[in-house]
Amino acid sequence: MADDPPRTPTPSGSRKGSGKKAAPAPNKLAPPAAAAQKKSKESVTKSKSQHDAQPPQGIVPLFMATKSQEIYECICDEHVTEDNPYKLIKKADIIQDMKMRAAISDFHPVKQLVLDYPGEELLIAYDPDFKFGQNFFLCATEEAKMEHLHPGGAGAEGEEGVEAAGEEGAEEEDNAVYVYKPPEAKEWVTQGSQVEVEDEIVVDTRDKIRFRASRVRKEFGAAITFEDRDADTSAAEQGLAASCLACPSYADTNFTIKKAELDNAVQAVPEMTDGSSQTDWKHPVTASVQYEPRVISVEEAKVAQQSEEFKQFVQASLPRFELALQQNTIMDVFFDDWAVLGEEDTNFGSKSDSHLKEYQSFTDLQYSKDKTVTCVDWHPQIKGVMAVACCERLTFDERIDNANKLLMSPSLILIWSFADPIHPQLLLEGPDDICCFKFCPTNPNIVAGGCINGQLVLWDITEYSEKLSSNRGNNSKASQKKAAMFGEEMQPETPTIRYCAVSAIENSHRNIISSVDWLPDHYELNRFGIPVENRLSECCQIMTCGTDGHVMVWDIRAPKAPANTKDQQAEKSAPPRPFGVSQVFKHLDLSWKPLLKLSMAKTDSSGDYSPLKFSLTEKQGVRDHVPQPAGGKPETTGMSKVPSAKNQRPLECIATNYFLGSEDGEVIYASFKLEKDNETGKSNVPKPTWSVAPHDGPVNTLQRNPFFSDILLSVGGWTFAIWKEGVTSGAILQSACAPKLYTAGHWSTTRPAVFFLGTKDGNVEVWDLLDRTHEPLLVQNVTAAQVTQIVPWVVSKKQHLVAVSDNVGTLHILEIPWNLRHPASGEKQAVEGFFDREIQRIEYFDKKAVARANERSKEMDKKKAQQAKADEVSDDALMEEYKVEYDSYKQLEKKLLQQLGLIEEEKPEI
Amino acid sequence: MSEVEETIKRIQSHKGVLGIIVVNSEGIPILTSLDNSTTVQYAGLIHQLTMKARSTVRDIDPQNDLTFLRLRSKKHEIMVAPDKEYLLIVIQNPSE
Repeated sequence: MADDPPRTPTPSGSRKGSGKKAAPAPNKLAPPAAAAQKKSKESVTKSKSQHDAQPPQGIVPLFMATKSQEIYECICDEHVTEDNPYKLIKKADIIQDMKMRAAISDFHPVKQLVLDYPGEELLIAYDPDFKFGQNFFLCATEEAKMEHLHPGGAGAEGEEGVEAAGEEGAEEEDNAVYVYKPPEAKEWVTQGSQVEVEDEIVVDTRDKIRFRASRVRKEFGAAITFEDRDADTSAAEQGLAASCLACPSYADTNFTIKKAELDNAVQAVPEMTDGSSQTDWKHPVTASVQYEPRVISVEEAKVAQQSEEFKQFVQASLPRFELALQQNTIMDVFFDDWAVLGEEDTNFGSKSDSHLKEYQSFTDLQYSKDKTVTCVDWHPQIKGVMAVACCERLTFDERIDNANKLLMSPSLILIWSFADPIHPQLLLEGPDDICCFKFCPTNPNIVAGGCINGQLVLWDITEYSEKLSSNRGNNSKASQKKAAMFGEEMQPETPTIRYCAVSAIENSHRNIISSVDWLPDHYELNRFGIPVENRLSECCQIMTCGTDGHVMVWDIRAPKAPANTKDQQAEKSAPPRPFGVSQVFKHLDLSWKPLLKLSMAKTDSSGDYSPLKFSLTEKQGVRDHVPQPAGGKPETTGMSKVPSAKNQRPLECIATNYFLGSEDGEVIYASFKLEKDNETGKSNVPKPTWSVAPHDGPVNTLQRNPFFSDILLSVGGWTFAIWKEGVTSGAILQSACAPKLYTAGHWSTTRPAVFFLGTKDGNVEVWDLLDRTHEPLLVQNVTAAQVTQIVPWVVSKKQHLVAVSDNVGTLHILEIPWNLRHPASGEKQAVEGFFDREIQRIEYFDKKAVARANERSKEMDKKKAQQAKADEVSDDALMEEYKVEYDSYKQLEKKLLQQLGLIEEEKPEI
Repeated sequence: MSEVEETIKRIQSHKGVLGIIVVNSEGIPILTSLDNSTTVQYAGLIHQLTMKARSTVRDIDPQNDLTFLRLRSKKHEIMVAPDKEYLLIVIQNPSE
């Protein structure tokens, strides 16, 4: 039982009120009285500590200060100790002390008790544990004293025993009732708790085995290595196999349930829900307002106008208005001088900047040497491509003489490109020398040309158009390659295109075609010369004029088939077409007839004019005044048949008048609309309305100003003239005779006041009407030979070029400098003003002339009248005078005869 | 009456004058040289503008009053002379 854990008093203490348990403890131990007391006291202390609140009867806690302890000789740990805590104090001492010290005596609180105490001595006990609340306690009654001094009664009953034990010491003297008897040791009778206890006891069932394990010292702290090993049952490791038995997993069929049915729930949720909300409309809002202005009736207005205030008001406002109105007329206050200032100073360039710079020149040694260039035209769409027509420089007689040779040499139009100045890109071959030609503005693949024999020729260059447009320097490389291949200098073949249609000889002009032009695409002419709408918006008609006095209009579309059989026959019997010629105009070839044939009969004398140039009012591309073609485009585009006259709508807004310039230097104004002769019912060509002969030589240029469609420039002989359509009294401006013949002329395309003139000795003159009108602004020599054509062209915004062709077959391209191509600010208005002033001048002079003529005639009349009067008056006097004279004459006669001896002197009568 | 006519004609004879309108205090045209729709339009709009201009001037200085209003646009110049009861509007096309 040595291993029994000592029981702590706590369990006993914790079992409140189970004093029974506590009881055996004192019995067991059988200690000496003090120890028992101590123990019991301890237990009592513990149990008493629970009873602190209620000290047992007769016990009164008492605090004894040190002073009191000295007085009564019960100083702690000296007189009274734990072992001997009791002290008897005489009552008389206490009372005396109380009297002496009165309130400060420690016994003061128990004064009455002490006084009432029956005995002589009171018991004070030291209470070191403060079980009653103070360090001492007083036994108030004799019984209590006795109890304490003589703790009586064997502690069989727990509480009483405890109490008795507690009170033992205090009541030893007083009470002899209780006699302490130490408990007798008895045999322990087990009540059944032994089983539980024994259960709890850990007892070795066997001897402890001693085992000693040792290890090599160096293996201490060695690294641990683990390795895996499968629990496999191979024979080699049978020994080990037993140690590990694998338990692989397997599918136990008991636990596999095949789910044959599965419950699945689906809830259908609407994808869309309808919602609505109701708004209440509180305020009506005006959706629209219709209003009309207030007006007052005429009478009311009159009344108001006649009122006095009105008059005064108007009179008072007048000066203010006058001031304002006059201010406006005097000067524009809001004119921005600063913005305009810069424009005039932009060209600071030196002298060299103001003349035409040579850009390039084209001549072909084979085809255009020593030939004259008759016509130059720029390609309307492809930049840097221009065409030149070359003609032999022979007079009519020489042509006849050399007819054989001429037949062999081809008559060509050369097409040049800037990429290659030596070799022309394309050659267009015509039946005879070509005097004039033009690209079709809407379809630049068609070229119309007029020949020297009066035929009109068409070319179609559609196949080569791409080559032309994409040809940028490629040709030279190709030519080099070719040369290398053959090892000798071989000129690359310039493709030649033959004409694809030529007009019928009988119906063409009888003399050279001097000018050819395409009619603008917004109208076309019918058989009567009436302009009708052109539904195709493509140029399909050509006007030509020739020196035989005719102006013809041709249509490039197939005529309405009058007789199908004829055409079919013609097709069959037509000669096979040469290879490579376009078939587009097959319908026209050799059978082309003009749509209109107008002969220009002279107004005053007999005969015809021989027009060299003509100029139409309508301009290609200017179609603001033309209504849109109704009904849209017809289905067939391109070269369709001439539409029937019924479908065509006549256009009233097209001007049918045009100007002609003739070989004799005349400028003619005519109309191509046929007039209906009321008497015969036939349509006749109207005679020209007006003509004038300002020039001394053939008119080589007749051109409208690109900015003003009613201003024309005509160049011929040694002069040039500017005309305004409608002003029939004369030219607005007529130049003085120049030293050299003018052979070419053209308006500038960008500046309305500038035009170019070419002279016979190869000079190009630039005239600026706003600068000076008596001499050109700039004279520059371009070539040694005669200038035949000048055609300016805008290639790009920065590059304006002018093509000048001469008599020896060279085409010079010059660049127009900035100051000649950039219009000054307000130039158009200035030029307009200039022309207006000139017209006014003419009108003024006309009026003046008329007035003067009137005056003169008046004077003449007056004089005549005077003379007539004078004659009448002096008639008789005259007779007398005559008589006198006659007499004197007679006398004279006599005398003379007498002197001569013819008459004898009369003898005086006798 | 003839004096009034004469004055109006005098104003109208100036260079560039397009039209002249006299409007009463309510904004109703009394006398005009333009067609009806143009007159009505000008009368209503210019009347409002003049009232606004006048109130502006008077707000700044109550002793001040509007004497003449010139409105210049790209194409024309509109001149207005206000009065207690009437309004005279002249439209002019300046020299340019």
